[in-house]
Amino acid sequence: MLHLALFSLFGAICVAGAVNLLVQRHPINSALSLVVVMGSLAGEYLLLGAEFVAAIQVIVYAGAIMVLFIFVIMLLNAGVEEHTQGSRVALLIGVPGMVIGTVLVAWVLVAHSGTQEVALGALPGPPKTIGWLLFHDYLLPFEVTSVLVLIAIMGAVVLAAPARSVQQTKREG
Amino acid sequence: MIALGILLTAVAYTVWLERKVVGRIQNRWGPTYVGPFGLLQPLADGLKFIFKEDLTPPHVYKPLYIAAPMLSLIFALASISVIPIGNWVTVAGLHTPLQITDVNIGLLIILGVTSLGVYGVALAGWSSNSKYSLLGGLRASAQMVSYEIALGLSLIGVLIMAGSFSLRDIVDAQSGTYLGFIPRWNIFQGQIVAFFIYLTAAYAETNRIPFDLPEAETELVAGYHTEYSAMKFAMFFMAEYANMITVACLASLLFLGGWHGPLFGPAILQAILPIFWFALRVFVFLFIYIWVRGTLPRFRYDQLMAFGWKFLLPLAIANLVITAFIVALKS
Repeated sequence: MLHLALFSLFGAICVAGAVNLLVQRHPINSALSLVVVMGSLAGEYLLLGAEFVAAIQVIVYAGAIMVLFIFVIMLLNAGVEEHTQGSRVALLIGVPGMVIGTVLVAWVLVAHSGTQEVALGALPGPPKTIGWLLFHDYLLPFEVTSVLVLIAIMGAVVLAAPARSVQQTKREG
Repeated sequence: MIALGILLTAVAYTVWLERKVVGRIQNRWGPTYVGPFGLLQPLADGLKFIFKEDLTPPHVYKPLYIAAPMLSLIFALASISVIPIGNWVTVAGLHTPLQITDVNIGLLIILGVTSLGVYGVALAGWSSNSKYSLLGGLRASAQMVSYEIALGLSLIGVLIMAGSFSLRDIVDAQSGTYLGFIPRWNIFQGQIVAFFIYLTAAYAETNRIPFDLPEAETELVAGYHTEYSAMKFAMFFMAEYANMITVACLASLLFLGGWHGPLFGPAILQAILPIFWFALRVFVFLFIYIWVRGTLPRFRYDQLMAFGWKFLLPLAIANLVITAFIVALKS
């Protein structure tokens, strides 16, 4: 009972954070709302018994990625967002579209997916199990993903480096 | 509540200890007027901070300006909840561990909570709307994110040897001795390099000299807390010292054998001794913190970043690979 109440509470905070993320006009408030979303998602994982995933969610998303977001916002000193004609159109079409989409997805999930209810905490994910899955059963996908991330990092470095230093590196081989 | 009270008292007296020791290092007395040896100085400071006028500069972004010191302090205090301070004890028929909660991912929780502590500093720097604060906040967040990686990697060696994230299991894995007199602490089990990486990265994480670039007085006035006064200012410092104590606790648990030490005497003494051994380690670690502060100069910012990324990180990875190799060979 307490589990269900907490689960709903974290769900509500998560949705509220997501809505606030869209409503807020200052980028730093939006970024902080996203931190709240990440944190409450970690709470949901914790309640479902996936402690390791919850901790990683906090460390990686809330503790590292969002810090970099905020770092960039601070560095650029981004100002308040301005409303334009386009944003009004997006509001008019976007909100009803979102509502219809959410209802459709919920309807499909509840009525037609054929999945059953799972008790809270019924699928535990201790670190050892996750490690075994990652480095044994799914080793190849894991390694392919890491190569993909490496390529992304290299791409970011090339894009971010000043043109002169890239040419210099090319000349030097 | 009791743990929180102990922690906050420890925070207050760490400040006192620091002022005393740095005073002696610089050939002066430190606080002497309030109470014997200046022992009541932390109380007087606390009262002063509470009764001081709380100025809010006119151009700050108010919600975040007020929230930032609170965030700092909350995350600093929250991480103490999973730290065990001793073994199981039986008090009035109740068998209980000396720990608030024993979760099996304790170490990850501490890493997660301390990684959130960056927000307090970064937001304080940004919301103050002052160039010194902003520079201090930027420096602090860049530094903390960079050194967190080396810190995390240095801990993985210990985790591999213990095979668990639970702080209690890690300490239990270090019980016993080699040849009857060398204790089986992780630092004597080949993790000495990891210990020094942890030590260095921890100094940087808590923004202490020689890595206190975020609050370098000579260039940035006071860094991210330039615009703060009274209790809000004190909250940043309470957070900093609470973080120091957490770091000291973690170092004793992970590398120095936690509460293991010689046990003797009657039953009551045997119950208290582990806590004493643990407190002793934490005290020594804090003393080294202060000692380093009193003796080392500050880095330059590019040196700091180069040291973290080009030296500490490769060293931590090498240590991790070698440890993993040895553990794999043994099993």
